[in-house]
Amino acid sequence: MDAPDQMIPGLRLSGDFSYNERPLFSDLALELPARSWTCLLGSSGIGKSTLLRLIAGLETGGSFSGSISASDSLPVDGRVAYMAQSDLLLPWLTVRQNVSLGASLRREPQDHAKIDYLIRRVGLEEYISNKPGELSGGMRQRCALARTLMEDTSLVLLDEPFSALDPATRRQMQALASSTLQDRTVLLVTHDLAEALRLGSRIYAMTQGRLKQFNLPASRSIRELDDPATMDIQSRIFSVLNS
Amino acid sequence: MKSKSDSLPLIRVWEILFAGLFMILIWQAVVWITQVESFILPGPMAVASAFVNQFALIWHHTLITAIEVLVGMVLGVAAGILTALHLTISERGRKLIMPALVMSQTIPVFALAPLLTLWLGYGLASKVAMAVLIVYFPVTSTFLDGLANTPKGYLDLAHTMRSPNRSTLMQVRVPAAVPSLSSGIRLAAVYAPIGAVIGEWVGASNGLGYLMLLANGRVKIDLMFAALVALCLLTVALRAVVGLICDRAVEWSGLNER
Repeated sequence: MDAPDQMIPGLRLSGDFSYNERPLFSDLALELPARSWTCLLGSSGIGKSTLLRLIAGLETGGSFSGSISASDSLPVDGRVAYMAQSDLLLPWLTVRQNVSLGASLRREPQDHAKIDYLIRRVGLEEYISNKPGELSGGMRQRCALARTLMEDTSLVLLDEPFSALDPATRRQMQALASSTLQDRTVLLVTHDLAEALRLGSRIYAMTQGRLKQFNLPASRSIRELDDPATMDIQSRIFSVLNS
Repeated sequence: MKSKSDSLPLIRVWEILFAGLFMILIWQAVVWITQVESFILPGPMAVASAFVNQFALIWHHTLITAIEVLVGMVLGVAAGILTALHLTISERGRKLIMPALVMSQTIPVFALAPLLTLWLGYGLASKVAMAVLIVYFPVTSTFLDGLANTPKGYLDLAHTMRSPNRSTLMQVRVPAAVPSLSSGIRLAAVYAPIGAVIGEWVGASNGLGYLMLLANGRVKIDLMFAALVALCLLTVALRAVVGLICDRAVEWSGLNER
């Protein structure tokens, strides 16, 4: 039930972007391999979230010229789920209503079995009728993850979704997201190098409008940071980010 | 998340009683010290006695004013909500109606009272219309403000969920605007009695405003004050009931009142 039925495509973004005619990046190419996690790493304000918002089709306030295309040549629009740093749970809805928000907004019939399954999967079955105000930060992000999974889209965009959590909860959420989203094409925007190394199969380090790509050894689960190959990549990314 | 009702508890009954008692003491003190004639400023005891002796008369006129206020509130709030929704949906509506709405606020509503009486007569309709007019703008502007200031993240989320505009409006923007709307309705509860009473002053044969003018004309100043006390009680009761309903609504929304 986790993976969507349709083929999961990869995604490619290339082009230029500027704010008020001041270029944020130019001739940039970002490629998300299908069914894997790509992490976009960089300091605050460098343009990571702008890239993610472009893919999500959200307002960026600037102008983009270029292309965003899926590897199966079908439109990207409508096949994207989005999870932000803030959980964006609607405070007047219960956990169950928040998880099923997409179908409710689109006036589609509710898949009750799937809603229950996903709420169980993120461990919130005891809080199904609670409102977000009654949940802890970690629980709220788990609810947001269930809502993202409920959307059943091939592409999942995560904009620093774990950055506001305490370290222990963050690790739990990373493990849960990694296992529940393992068959999707995921773009994780983060400024936490350790998080990118743990979760990504590919890491893009973003500096001054440029992207440097690093591929990591294949892993189906969360990667340990003390692996020599990972440590080598870590030091190379460090030098790119500090250059 | 805390709603306003948690952080700012309702004024307790004893606090109201204490404030009322304090005002009565000051009032009595002014009467004693200045030795003012009772047809200028009657003492609290004289007013209380008028209130008790003429209770049936005051009650009759209070009911009339209460009906005017309630009908005016309901219609004014409904019209304000519908206008704000329409202005949010329709860009053309915004361009056409918004300037007119802002311009209309330069006309003092009180100045319209004689016109409304001329057009709608001396009965209930002109007073209800006054209450509607006075309630309409604060409700429209606060709700419109709330609808225009939905947290951007909620709208981004709805967009990625391919939500039709109407669903985003009804399921996201309207609930997120409940705290703003509540502020407008609270204001409306205080303004509506003012509208109704002004309507009664201009021309009426019933209601507390009429009773006050009548009592004034017959130099029954104690009765006039008793009618004023009834008007205060009516406004306080309306504000308390509306406040409770608004507190519940804000609590339901899980947001803070702005």
